[in-house]
Amino acid sequence: MTQLIWNGLFVGSFYALIALGYSMVYGIIKLLNFAHGDIYMLGAFVGFAMLSSVGVIPASMSITALLIVLLLCMLVTGGIGVGIEYLAYRPLRNSPRLAVLITAVGASFTLEYGVSAVAGPNPKVFPVRLEGDSFTVLGARISVPQIVLMVIAVLLMVGLNSYIQRTSMGRAMRAIALDTKGSLLMGINVNKVITWTFFIGSALAGAAGVMAGAYYGKIDFLMGFIIGLKAFTAAVIGGIGNIKGAMLGGLLLGLLEAFGSQWLGGQWRDVFTFGVLIAFLTLKPTGLLGERVTERV
Amino acid sequence: MSDNVDTSRAPRRIGKPASRVSRLFESRQLGWAAFAIAVLFPFVLASNYAMSIGTTAVIFILLASGLNIVVGYCGLLDLGYIAFMAVGAYTAGILSKAWELPILFTIPAVVGMCILAGLIIGGPTLRLRSDYLAIVTLGFGEIIRLTANNLSVTGGPSGIYGIPGVELFGLDLSAPVPFYYFCVVVVALMVLGSARLGKSRLGRAWRFVREDEDAAEAMGIHTYKVKLAAYIFGAIWGGIGGVLFASHLSAISPQSFVFLQSALVLMAVVLGGMGNTRGVVVGAVVISLLPEFLRDLGNLRYVIFGVVLVAVMVLRPQGFWPSRAYEPEQPKDVKDDAGPGPGAPVATAKEGTP
Repeated sequence: MTQLIWNGLFVGSFYALIALGYSMVYGIIKLLNFAHGDIYMLGAFVGFAMLSSVGVIPASMSITALLIVLLLCMLVTGGIGVGIEYLAYRPLRNSPRLAVLITAVGASFTLEYGVSAVAGPNPKVFPVRLEGDSFTVLGARISVPQIVLMVIAVLLMVGLNSYIQRTSMGRAMRAIALDTKGSLLMGINVNKVITWTFFIGSALAGAAGVMAGAYYGKIDFLMGFIIGLKAFTAAVIGGIGNIKGAMLGGLLLGLLEAFGSQWLGGQWRDVFTFGVLIAFLTLKPTGLLGERVTERV
Repeated sequence: MSDNVDTSRAPRRIGKPASRVSRLFESRQLGWAAFAIAVLFPFVLASNYAMSIGTTAVIFILLASGLNIVVGYCGLLDLGYIAFMAVGAYTAGILSKAWELPILFTIPAVVGMCILAGLIIGGPTLRLRSDYLAIVTLGFGEIIRLTANNLSVTGGPSGIYGIPGVELFGLDLSAPVPFYYFCVVVVALMVLGSARLGKSRLGRAWRFVREDEDAAEAMGIHTYKVKLAAYIFGAIWGGIGGVLFASHLSAISPQSFVFLQSALVLMAVVLGGMGNTRGVVVGAVVISLLPEFLRDLGNLRYVIFGVVLVAVMVLRPQGFWPSRAYEPEQPKDVKDDAGPGPGAPVATAKEGTP
């Protein structure tokens, strides 16, 4: 029982990191960024490329090396996110929604098969494997790497939350989410803020990608597809567009998934998750923390 | 809302296009020409390989014309379209194997299952913003594939094999060339059907919903019902495509129904020109034949597809062969109070386009 809860929270913190990017972008420009899951995949591959180019890393240094690579990867994936926004989404800012969604699918496709063309279609083994002692708390086996990754995830989330709440850029983001035109009139540089949003969201997804690569040890070019869907589910559970909701939704989805796969069997885990998504959209489409938005003119 | 209305693309002039080229592209005989090309193809190349590719391309046309109903006419993004094909293929495969039915006898069950699947997915999500539909259909595609992978009735990861070929009035049509002709006839009828649907009262309602949902609702269109109708019609088209697919390959497995396939069908619709049946048919032929010619490129060809998809949306969002924005001229003697009856639009465009 406690083991299930711990596993759920651990997986959930990954979902939360990715869901944050989804939710931020959706909150600000009402775009479902399908390429977001692939940014996570890209993060794992960039980390893979960096670590393999360094060579053999002694086991004692692995956590330090991982942290440095994590930061570098966040910069790279953030930059790629900004590039995608600039090339694919910005020209379509005022287009019909269908065109933007199709563009997002195209961007996701390009990233997936671009990586597969460069790195090869077969799964890769991540060069750094986090290994550590594990101990038992209240009947749950907890390992040191899990705690390290959890702490990193929580730090990133807390940092993001205070960034959004305390800084002027964060205030600008919230203002644009409320009223884009109004904030433009108030002198906010909307394009710059949107660029920053993409940068932060993609950097978080890239961090999650490196962490997942180091923890699970295996990466492939389609790994972002399912996790993108799950992050979206997490964002919907928490109320899409809501930062705290995305964190809550991620953790909750991790828990639901842990119990669901215990109950139905591991092979039904993904089916169960999408069932949860459809149930939420039917019963409470605004999510747990989302506000009711009227979709009328 | 007013910033969403783009008046620059509104019809300026009601009437026939002036230039000879556009008249050629709008010609009603084009459908017959395409049908003739499809019929004559085996006389040029009749090897088993060519027939197999041709049949696949024809089935792909059927899928694209079905997705065109959802994406092109109604403006709803369906990213799990291949799931309906999977539902159709598995229903046909399971029933025809379990009761040794001829595969065509499973079509009522296939249509029923597809309607059910469309209701389950479309029912809750079509009330929400269209973005939600996109991602839920993406999830639905995965659910169907994983379910087929996990259940024992669907044969698990190895799928179902030994699905019978098509038999009609005691004639065995399972050899490559007869089966190709069978598919051409079925697909031509279905494509004609989808083109007709687009010109019907329902089709006009779909385009109205696509252009401006709120205005459509204000004009008395029950947008939810109309969108659900589009979704279910798309599902039926996909299901029939699945039946043809299952009897063409005689074996189906979950690997045939991955997201890549949905994306390729979507690409055919988008590149061809959303809402224009002729464009979609050409797009489907190009998208289904292109990988055969680009086989050497490996996965790079999908990168090219992705880039092209983005580029088309940025530079030419209406696709390469978009539908004309004008309605065909109505007969002058139709009085306003009588209104065009249900037969009138059909009578003006008798030899439509398959």
